Amino acid sequence: MPIHTEPMTINVGPQHPSTHGVFRLRVTFDGEEILEVEPVFGYLHRGTEKLAEERTYVQIVTLTDRLDYVSSMINNQGYCLAVEKLLGVEPPLRAKWLRTMVAELQRIASHLMGIGFFLQDLGTLGTPLMYGFRTREKILDLFEMLCGARITLTYMRPGGVFSDTPPDFWPALENFMQELPTEIGEIEQLVMENEIVLVRTKGVSPLSPEMAINCSVSGPVLRASGIAWDWRKMEPYDAYEWVDFDVPVGANGDNYDRFWVRMQEIHQSARIIHQCMEHIEPGPVRLDLPLVFRPEPGAEAYGRVEASKGELAFYMLSDGGVSPYRCKIRSPSLINLTVTEHLLVGWKLADMIVTLGSLDINMGEVDR
Amino acid sequence: MYGMGMVKGLLVTLKNLTKRPFTVQYPEERLKQHPRFRGEEFVWYEERCTGCASCAKFCPLGIIKIVTSPSETAPAQGDKYLLEVFDIDIARCMFCGLCVEACPYDALFMGSGFEQSQYSRKEMVIGIDQLRQADKHPSTFFRPQLESAGYDPHQGQPLHWKDVGRESWRWHQHEKAGMRLESAAGSGNGDPIEAVDDLNSPDLGGTAEDAGAPEQTQ
Repeated sequence: MPIHTEPMTINVGPQHPSTHGVFRLRVTFDGEEILEVEPVFGYLHRGTEKLAEERTYVQIVTLTDRLDYVSSMINNQGYCLAVEKLLGVEPPLRAKWLRTMVAELQRIASHLMGIGFFLQDLGTLGTPLMYGFRTREKILDLFEMLCGARITLTYMRPGGVFSDTPPDFWPALENFMQELPTEIGEIEQLVMENEIVLVRTKGVSPLSPEMAINCSVSGPVLRASGIAWDWRKMEPYDAYEWVDFDVPVGANGDNYDRFWVRMQEIHQSARIIHQCMEHIEPGPVRLDLPLVFRPEPGAEAYGRVEASKGELAFYMLSDGGVSPYRCKIRSPSLINLTVTEHLLVGWKLADMIVTLGSLDINMGEVDR
Repeated sequence: MYGMGMVKGLLVTLKNLTKRPFTVQYPEERLKQHPRFRGEEFVWYEERCTGCASCAKFCPLGIIKIVTSPSETAPAQGDKYLLEVFDIDIARCMFCGLCVEACPYDALFMGSGFEQSQYSRKEMVIGIDQLRQADKHPSTFFRPQLESAGYDPHQGQPLHWKDVGRESWRWHQHEKAGMRLESAAGSGNGDPIEAVDDLNSPDLGGTAEDAGAPEQTQ
């Protein structure tokens, strides 16, 4: 007599340690195999876009910190670029270099978290994660020196950054940049060639370039699929047109490639920071904008940056008041999540968590 | 070759066995915050405050409550209100520092501490008396004049209200901030402009040279 079997639906999350925040996956399994996946999100919805409509332009900077809370600096940058486009102003040169530099520091911190949690999902019991935390801690220390906070930075303002660097920042940064290659090397020699990592990630959940483009994913997920698309190169903002860096591109779009691309981007970010430290010159860091300003009625602007997770964009529409009429946020994590079903169906339960980790989503940004 | 990863991993363990730990055992050991650290509780100098409520208007969360009435102490200047209520709801504060940025008279500063936990939300509201009596260890956040004077709030000495203003900055001399300080404090010794020149004397933290440095907004 054959044993009667039927598919089984399981909720992973919203309170689950491996879902990276309050995120729920409704998965239908046939044994270990995934038949159907439905991502459910919205548990962390705070109404950022609506809140922005009743705050002044400078106050909204504090809201952008809380989108992708492991890369606040880049969120600030994207928002400030949008407002500067809205006003038609350009920040001073030193502010551009400073912004580029701190954004790259933040990218390193964010990628370290992404890699660390990805490897933790693989079951590395936290060693690479703790290595990542150690390096990130030093970056957060630099940020504390710079702007007084570690996570919710609010460092940038429309028209520049709020303050110049304190005098002891530069020696500290130099010190950090000297230590960085060793610390990244420690992670790399531990996991890049590790056979368990290779077996578990190579060829798992590949994303074809066509599918990547159709789902409009961006950032490391897109580049891992073999498409060299980076807004820092395609549409340089701030000081990116004056710095030299490569865009690492994966071959197969599998979990290993997504991990590998992040790892390589850390090296490229370090390259950019070195160039920023070399080229930065004294000068003003902020335009003489008032704290409360009114853009032209009907003015609209679309500012985008290559955030650590992908393309982060702000669409701003002004009605001539002190706060925007509409502030639309295009968050990379949400759009990158749209490929979840395509990536997961047909794979096993154990790969599901790893694939989710390789997408490096951040719920603060998905739900906004 | 299988097994090499294991050997490599164990070598890392062996290497780290002899290293000093990176972590800090918090209550016993403490890390030093940087001078710009945006902490609690706020440092407020009543002598400098005019009751303009810029901080309250600029707070993104609206957690600063200020009630003023026409003052009898400095009606001639017409720019100082009598402060009745100055409440900051620390429980909802996100320490963005925009109130400090908005303060035109350098009366409000971020604090430098971080250990103000309470058992109820009611106790998290800092009232005017508490702000008056608190130790003045202002953070140098958004106050480059303190930074160029080399002030570090974590070294322990409190700052007097006369020493914290940006009127000691050369680029700020032509502006009015702080010019009314002498008369507002009730000492009333003559021309307020002269008082500003006093503050500008080079012995004040030796910042006369540093003050010209291109820092901050112009």
